[in-house]
Amino acid sequence: MAKLSYLDAIRDALFVAMEQDDNVFVLGEDVGKKGGVFKVTEGLQEKFGEMRVLDTPLAESNIVGTSVGAAMMGKRPVAEIQFAEYILPAVNQILNEAAKVRYRSDNDWNAPMVMRAPYGGGIHGALYHSQSIESLFVSTPGLKVVVPSTPADAKGLLMGAIKDNDPVLFFEHKKAYRLLKGEVPEGDYTIPLGKADVKREGDDITVITYGLCVNYAIQAAEQLKEEGYEAEILDLRTLYPLDKEAIIKAASKTGKVLLVTEDNLEGSLISEVSAIIGENCLYDLDAPIMRLAGPDVPSMPYAPPMEDYFMMNPEKIYKKMLELSEY
Amino acid sequence: MLSHKETDLTATDLQEMYKTMLISRRLDERMWLLNRAGKLPFVISCQGQEATQVGAAFALDKEVDILNPYYRDLALVTHFGMTPEETMLSAFARGADVQSGGRQMPGHFSKKASNIMTQGSAVTTQIPHAVGASYAFKMDGEKRVSLATLGEGSTSQGDFHEGLNFAGVHKLPFICLIENNKYAISVPTHLQYAADKLSDRAIGYGMHGEQVDGNDPIAVYKVMKEARERAINGEGASLIEAMSIRLTPHSSDDDDKYREADELAKNKDMDCLESFKLYLLDEKIIDEAWLKAAEAEIKDTVNKATKAAEAAPYAEAEHALKHVYEEVNNG
Amino acid sequence: MTEITMPKLGESVTEGTIENWLVKVGDHVSEYDPVCEVNTAKVTAEVPSVHDGVITEILVQEGETVDVGAPIYKIEVDGDASADETADSNNDEAQTEAPVKNEQPAMPKQQGDRRLSPVVMRLIGEHNINIDELDGSGFNGRITKKDVEKYLADGPVKKAEPVQQTAVKPEPVQAPKAKSSNESGESIKVSGIRKEIAKRMVQSKTEIPHAWLMMEVDATNLVNLRNKHKAAFKEKEGYNLTFFSFFVKAVSEVLKDYPILNSSWDGDTITVHDDINLSIAVANEDKLFVPVIKNADERSLTGIAKSISTLANKARTNKLTGDDMAGGTFTVNNTGAFGSVQSMGIINQPQVAILQVESIVKKPVFIGDMLAARHMVNLCLSIDHRVLDGLVAGDFLKAVKEKIENLDPDAVSVY
Repeated sequence: MAKLSYLDAIRDALFVAMEQDDNVFVLGEDVGKKGGVFKVTEGLQEKFGEMRVLDTPLAESNIVGTSVGAAMMGKRPVAEIQFAEYILPAVNQILNEAAKVRYRSDNDWNAPMVMRAPYGGGIHGALYHSQSIESLFVSTPGLKVVVPSTPADAKGLLMGAIKDNDPVLFFEHKKAYRLLKGEVPEGDYTIPLGKADVKREGDDITVITYGLCVNYAIQAAEQLKEEGYEAEILDLRTLYPLDKEAIIKAASKTGKVLLVTEDNLEGSLISEVSAIIGENCLYDLDAPIMRLAGPDVPSMPYAPPMEDYFMMNPEKIYKKMLELSEY
Repeated sequence: MLSHKETDLTATDLQEMYKTMLISRRLDERMWLLNRAGKLPFVISCQGQEATQVGAAFALDKEVDILNPYYRDLALVTHFGMTPEETMLSAFARGADVQSGGRQMPGHFSKKASNIMTQGSAVTTQIPHAVGASYAFKMDGEKRVSLATLGEGSTSQGDFHEGLNFAGVHKLPFICLIENNKYAISVPTHLQYAADKLSDRAIGYGMHGEQVDGNDPIAVYKVMKEARERAINGEGASLIEAMSIRLTPHSSDDDDKYREADELAKNKDMDCLESFKLYLLDEKIIDEAWLKAAEAEIKDTVNKATKAAEAAPYAEAEHALKHVYEEVNNG
Repeated sequence: MTEITMPKLGESVTEGTIENWLVKVGDHVSEYDPVCEVNTAKVTAEVPSVHDGVITEILVQEGETVDVGAPIYKIEVDGDASADETADSNNDEAQTEAPVKNEQPAMPKQQGDRRLSPVVMRLIGEHNINIDELDGSGFNGRITKKDVEKYLADGPVKKAEPVQQTAVKPEPVQAPKAKSSNESGESIKVSGIRKEIAKRMVQSKTEIPHAWLMMEVDATNLVNLRNKHKAAFKEKEGYNLTFFSFFVKAVSEVLKDYPILNSSWDGDTITVHDDINLSIAVANEDKLFVPVIKNADERSLTGIAKSISTLANKARTNKLTGDDMAGGTFTVNNTGAFGSVQSMGIINQPQVAILQVESIVKKPVFIGDMLAARHMVNLCLSIDHRVLDGLVAGDFLKAVKEKIENLDPDAVSVY
């Protein structure tokens, strides 16, 4: 096992997947010669050539649309959308096309493809380089949505996404790229999609979250331990379809549930998680379901004080965890 | 009409082309009857565009080439392998419908075994799909092309530009065929685009562009055949604009009141099925007896397809829950 | 062996009822562990042990009432097995005086938030747990799921918290008992305070020959006067200038002229009180408190309004002390507050009369031969006919009526 950053783990997954299967190819803006604006695909073009690591024109709908076509022909495209918010021009191709190919053809056609997109804030990216836009996609049957929280998960889930026979949206937290480091299994390491993961055991409160917030929640849990409370942390990993069984189990374990997202609160993914818990766990609840999220404003501002105000951090999570623990 | 002698089309080919146009027209007419009889909720027609579709279809290799058709392409998909019974099963939304298992409206063609990619209703999304398929062919060095068809209205969509631009950049084995029937539902061409010819846009995409008489199946065949040759020879994509006519309203839900009576009458005079028949008779490729036999055979086929489809069961209601994702049998 | 006696819980209290023993013979208790719950006139308190030791005998059974100073249990004090002394717990000033000294007794923590979460409800039902045996460790003493799990694992834990103060206790929520087949509806265990209220009501109603009279009073001047000043008053004083304050003020003044209504009956003698201490009835959910405005006749209207506001707030927040409720000589009841227009009050023994102030209602009234719209209010007086007769009661009521009707609506000040 090697200690890799979240970013290196993603690149490693692409490397291994492309070596394993010639049908896997990478396309997107600046992914080839430059190796991506975050350098995720650095070195891939040298190894696999221009056809399989393709610098596309600046047109997101076409990036996704051609991926759908190539995938239907048996390729396994891994498209990169440079920033998550730039995926919006491709939404018709994602929701109306990719997600419906299998269903509308009665299982005759399928589109095994991955769309990677860096999401999230805290990197002085302002309104259009900081967004969490997963809530737009997490009610689309036919599409899978994945957000890894650790380097090992980033590799395993990306390889799982590439091998999956349905379209997968894969959001990577851009602040996590170089912030998070951890042991990552070498070679073929695949985590099947659809399973949440308990990242920390505890019996006082349950925190359910995903992405970078998992790391923040673990930091907060260590601080909370000093107050005598142990937090269970469930990492959703696959945001759609949700692992309902794991959510119900984790929520029922302590009866005190805190849901955390970096997205703004209204209509966010955790609202659906809250509904699942409300429907299934009433007689196991020991406190109101609590939600912690960004404010309901259009996006994360540029100036540091406003950015900090919006952005999730361990301290905000700790405070809410303590409140729930003492409830 | 272009002389078939300027092409490699044989007499048998021409007879087949006519029969494909004829069965498509008769199937279409039957579906309108069934709609007006209250048996089908919806029909969208190929009538008037069969020449373009058949000319294009015969220019391709249906064994290897890929189709991304749009909703009027009944004659195109029929040549590629969509059977009359399959067309009727789709029209009746029966469980055995190969296109969608009774999920989609008629006209949303799909059949993997016949290289027909599945289609949605939001227009023009098929362009990047076809371009993506042709990129796969290029990657694998395969001598295959992908064809996307669309109406002239769809050329206003962003995906048209994005897809053609990409195909031009990579000289992909891709053909874009605009079936210009001059109406996007009710909106005429002068409100859709300002260019003389849509095919002129090819210059902007760095590809071959050509306009052709869509009522002449032989002319369309010739142009499409050349486009395919260029494609598999690595010379890149083509944008073909076939000038055609729409003999019916947009769909069974449209009243066509936005068109003048004399325009509709003039269209009837230009009916490609009639003109191609006259050409074949003139060229002695067919005769009245052949025609009579063909009509009888096709009528029988359409009757049988209608009866079989109508008698076929719907899918179970719970089939609505199937095939959202790959269903892995872990048992 | 040490004998422990009934403590004097509050200045005017002379006896106490053992509501509940929290220990049994043989139990070892530590100093400040609660031993029993004692109920006195409208105050319930947990009585703590004053020694470390083993309970050897319980002398007063639950429900029994004994005088202050009567022995209630015996304890063998640790390290003093052979000693046989009688200690009077009243000597321990710190404990018995605490409630009087402390204006706002703190709530015992576990008596706080008794709302139960769904999972706690479920666990209590499944394991047939009496929630009174549970300590709440959550916010405001809420019983958490963990508290129940701990209880199930370790068994009941002795309440460790010393209870030194006498507090007006909120009623614990009782888990509904299982229904028997011939019962319908929910059974509610009668609380100590409710029992005390019931006892006193029955006693008053059966012992006192109640007589009743009502007078209709024109309160139009009062309404105009009060409306003129209420906004400024509220802004200046921070609490409301209520109609009720005017009636309390009027009664306190009139009582000086009719002292016999400000008296008490004890069988052999009628004691006419010097002080005019007006009890006012305040309801708090299922409980009824009668705090007292002391020397009401010496207070201004503002002082009375302020007293009413303070006492009502204390009642609503369970902060009334025994002292707040001691020494009443006459009761004024604001029945109009809940919309009543006529009611027959039960006299608050050993007082001899109670005045009910009803709702003020706008009505057509003849003034001379003319009909006029006037604000009318009924004053209903219940009297102890052993002490008072109709004549004096009528005169008293008429005097109150005149005070109210003769208020000057244009007075520039209510002070």
